[in-house]
Amino acid sequence: MMQKFHCDPDLPSWLRLTVVYFAVVLSDRLLIKGGRIINDDQSFYADVYLEDGLIKQIGENLIVPGGVKTIEANGRMVIPGGIDVNTYLQKPSQGMTAADDFFQGTRAALAGGTTMIIDHVVPEPGSSLLTSFEKWHEAADTKSCCDYSLHVDITSWYDGVREELEVLVQDKGVNSFQVYMAYKDLYQMSDSQLYEAFTFLKGLGAVILVHAENGDLIAQEQKRILEMGITGPEGHALSRPEELEAEAVFRAITIAGRINCPVYITKVMSKSAADIITLARKKGPLVFGEPIAASLGTDGTHYWSKNWAKAAAFVTSPPLSPDPTTPDYLTSLLACGDLQVTGSGHCPYSTAQKAVGKDNFTLIPEGVNGIEERMTVVWDKAVATGKMDENQFVAITSTNAAKIFNLYPRKGRIAVGSDADVVIWDPDKVKTITAKSHKSAVEYNIFEGMECHGSPLVVISQGKIVFEDGNINVNKGVGRFIPRKPFPEYLYQRVRIRNKVSGLQGVPRGMYDGPVYEVPATPKYATPAPSAKSSPSKHQPPPIRNLHQSNFSLSGAQIDDNNPRRTGHRIVAPPGGRSNITSLG
Amino acid sequence: MPVLGMTPADDFCQGTKAALAGGTTMILDHVFPDAGVSLLTAYEQWRERADGTACCDYSLHVDVPRWHESIREELEALVKDKGVNSFLVFMAYKDRCQCTDGQMYEIFSIIRDLGALAQVHAENGDIVQEEQKRLLELGITGPEGHVLSRPEEVEAEAVYRAVTIAKQANCPLYVTKVMSKGAADVIAQAKLRGVVVFGEPITASLGTSGSHYWSKNWAKAAAFVTSPPINPDPSTGDHLTSLLASGDLQVTGSAHCTFTTAQKAVGKDNFTLIPEGTNGIEERMSVVWEKCVASGKMDENEFVAVTSTNAAKIFNVYPRKGRVAVGSDADLVIWNPKATKIISAKSHNLNVEYNIFEGLECRGAPTVVVSQGRVVLEDGNLLVTPGAGRFIPRKTFPDFVYKRIKARNRLAEIHGVPRGLYDGPVHEVMVPAKPGGSAQARASCPGKISVPPVRNLHRSGFSLSGSQADDHIARRTAQKIMAPPGGRSNITSLS
Repeated sequence: MMQKFHCDPDLPSWLRLTVVYFAVVLSDRLLIKGGRIINDDQSFYADVYLEDGLIKQIGENLIVPGGVKTIEANGRMVIPGGIDVNTYLQKPSQGMTAADDFFQGTRAALAGGTTMIIDHVVPEPGSSLLTSFEKWHEAADTKSCCDYSLHVDITSWYDGVREELEVLVQDKGVNSFQVYMAYKDLYQMSDSQLYEAFTFLKGLGAVILVHAENGDLIAQEQKRILEMGITGPEGHALSRPEELEAEAVFRAITIAGRINCPVYITKVMSKSAADIITLARKKGPLVFGEPIAASLGTDGTHYWSKNWAKAAAFVTSPPLSPDPTTPDYLTSLLACGDLQVTGSGHCPYSTAQKAVGKDNFTLIPEGVNGIEERMTVVWDKAVATGKMDENQFVAITSTNAAKIFNLYPRKGRIAVGSDADVVIWDPDKVKTITAKSHKSAVEYNIFEGMECHGSPLVVISQGKIVFEDGNINVNKGVGRFIPRKPFPEYLYQRVRIRNKVSGLQGVPRGMYDGPVYEVPATPKYATPAPSAKSSPSKHQPPPIRNLHQSNFSLSGAQIDDNNPRRTGHRIVAPPGGRSNITSLG
Repeated sequence: MPVLGMTPADDFCQGTKAALAGGTTMILDHVFPDAGVSLLTAYEQWRERADGTACCDYSLHVDVPRWHESIREELEALVKDKGVNSFLVFMAYKDRCQCTDGQMYEIFSIIRDLGALAQVHAENGDIVQEEQKRLLELGITGPEGHVLSRPEEVEAEAVYRAVTIAKQANCPLYVTKVMSKGAADVIAQAKLRGVVVFGEPITASLGTSGSHYWSKNWAKAAAFVTSPPINPDPSTGDHLTSLLASGDLQVTGSAHCTFTTAQKAVGKDNFTLIPEGTNGIEERMSVVWEKCVASGKMDENEFVAVTSTNAAKIFNVYPRKGRVAVGSDADLVIWNPKATKIISAKSHNLNVEYNIFEGLECRGAPTVVVSQGRVVLEDGNLLVTPGAGRFIPRKTFPDFVYKRIKARNRLAEIHGVPRGLYDGPVHEVMVPAKPGGSAQARASCPGKISVPPVRNLHRSGFSLSGSQADDHIARRTAQKIMAPPGGRSNITSLS
């Protein structure tokens, strides 16, 4: 941009310096003229002036410094840059790393109109969350081309994890953590652990993300399907039917409901999982659902492709539903607000990497592309079909995510003071998605051949133009880590009130002073007696003598141990008559 | 035919006597094996006990309280030689008899192969345990803690999970004790999706409500303790009867398992120690008539279905039981829909001093009860013979349940996709080779396999094991082969 400000050599030297200085500053200033601003709540015509990476002014006939670079929007839409809250740009799998790193991934994101990502830190089970976080932070700081933030996945619930979580929330700017209900013996948590984790994370004011699939059943199904001799990618879909996804969603919501904490379901891939979320929201739990570009733009029929490489390219978990009506259904739920956010789950592997599982579908590294295609796919499926308007589009691609993850209104809105992450969107542009032209490093694209309406024309990140006229111009490492505070109002305001109104109280009663059955010390009876066996009553095995309860306080072998004790010891009329408190009435 | 949990307070003699007094002529009791007792031994214990004392015909379910290696053999023996065709697994009672999802799947698969019926006690034991801990910490120790720690959602969740597992294993499922609207709705929705699932509300969930857990009278509150708990929502009974009338629920049981107040008082300072169980064996028929038929929700034929016929069909004793027909057993009741009876502990035939239906006025009562061709109740006089009850063995593969399962088994065959061999480049999985100083060692991801990345000698052309001459050379990790030598082969290209 500097080149545009050639200094006249005839000018006095002091003036020349001033112009150069001015030009350096000016490179950070941009005026978007004649655009229609689209926020999640309203649309209006106005000019936008950006300076120092922030939106400084919005209105008509703005007074701006002279010589500011001006972009003529010609009535096109000016929308907040997309936020992709679900990416894995450094996910390791069997010693391989996803093909797109932070540089390639964020470059692709920017090309598609996404100006911020929230990436998942995936610590190796057993390793420290903090260390892994630092590793990701460092990699992203040196490579990322757009602003980013990080979720931390809790891959194991170990001693000391609580302290680390506290540090991450309080000092590191992380407010969202993912737990896994699948990947048995690797990442999977038991329900008790989930309960513990949810309780703790709620106390920290974090957002709880859940990978919802029933890992126990998946392990069983994988075994069965491999035994049947099915080894191709179709086995992936067959071993993870949508019922298992729906079941886990149901369970996650139940646990969260008990604790009164918000829960966010990542990767809603099937109708039944989406339905569970919808139903739960009607009953009150704070639950949010995120379909991804893949579940909105394509379907799982490709797992049965004769081309192994193509079929393998679709392998992700939960799998794409083979039901071709799924994308349409999920889009409708996004339109009506039952689902709130769209992510991408971007984590592609090259065909050679996928081929590690050529003889066993359980070894195929999981992940699909979508970071670049997300905005376009959503526009095409949702807005171009008339299901939602442009404001709702902004909400589900940017604003809702910013609110849930506590970035709002810094991100997710065109407003004075917000970050200058802005996209000029052309709803009429038609683009065919293909691996030949995409920015990802992999040789396939799961949306290959899809013709999409709606595409970004200009993308501005941190106040700088990074994409214009189809040319991408990014700088490695300029992306900043955006710390996020805990207790996002959007979720926790309701939690706080619910906490207040749902206090539990016991019933004040007089002391029970009636007869108490003496629990036998050891259940050895001469004859099978009707008391020790029977019924899942909680107190039975092992029937330890409670010395406090029993007035029979000797322990050890007793002189009458050889006499069978009376078991069905019934005291209908206790000595001294029935006391009032025990009688029914 | 109620499902009667054997109890300390009411044994087979007392329980079946009460059953006959209420118009029930056959029971299916649960065999619950103690720790260390095999299923077969426990079954024999129950047989021995019941054969000498039962006053009416009976049959046995066997509960599977814990998973072990030889479970298939045990179940097979019970099915083939002992006339048992239904088994109960627990999703609650953590660390005692709770099954994991994987174990349930395996047990269900065995049960399906044997042609038996999987019953499930549906509550999420993990959550219950955590909630119990929390409530006790809050200082709530009374019976209200029981219901607070086992909310309806936890029951509904487990039903949903059980249905999912049963669907995956293609095994018929029977949910015992449907106590809440949420659980019943899950069953109704599963039926809409085509799952072979049956639901059994019990007398207590139909006839009373869980508001009594908050009674100031500890003994009364404790009398209602059962699991899943009776729902505090007073409209539950009405909802469940509607689902019975519409066929979404099919059977009514009692889960009769009573404990005296003194026994319940073992948990006077800690609700988790209160022995669980309520009465209902005697009241079941009258309560169902009162709530369903007298209220106009169902007709008398449906009443017969939900109290007798459906159970006979599901558990494979039809048409020997559950039908008035030539050749069927002479277990008959003359029913008087005009009789009015007030349920009270003063007049019931049980060994316990309370009755959870105390004061409930029921229209409809048996006038004459005939068991095995002999009159056992007439003019209010009960004439029973302990030991007269016979064990009724039940065959496997009940048509009512398994016709559909068999057809689905045939349909459910899945096939792989026939493909040519993948002959493109394969990324070399790094074994323990640690590229010097590289950030991402051999970490992992939700790739299901990852640990431990053992070198598969069959797959790799590199078949030497042990340390290699080039071990000191850092291997390339993210090796991407865009244009393999020799060009791309057809099978790997996208089309």
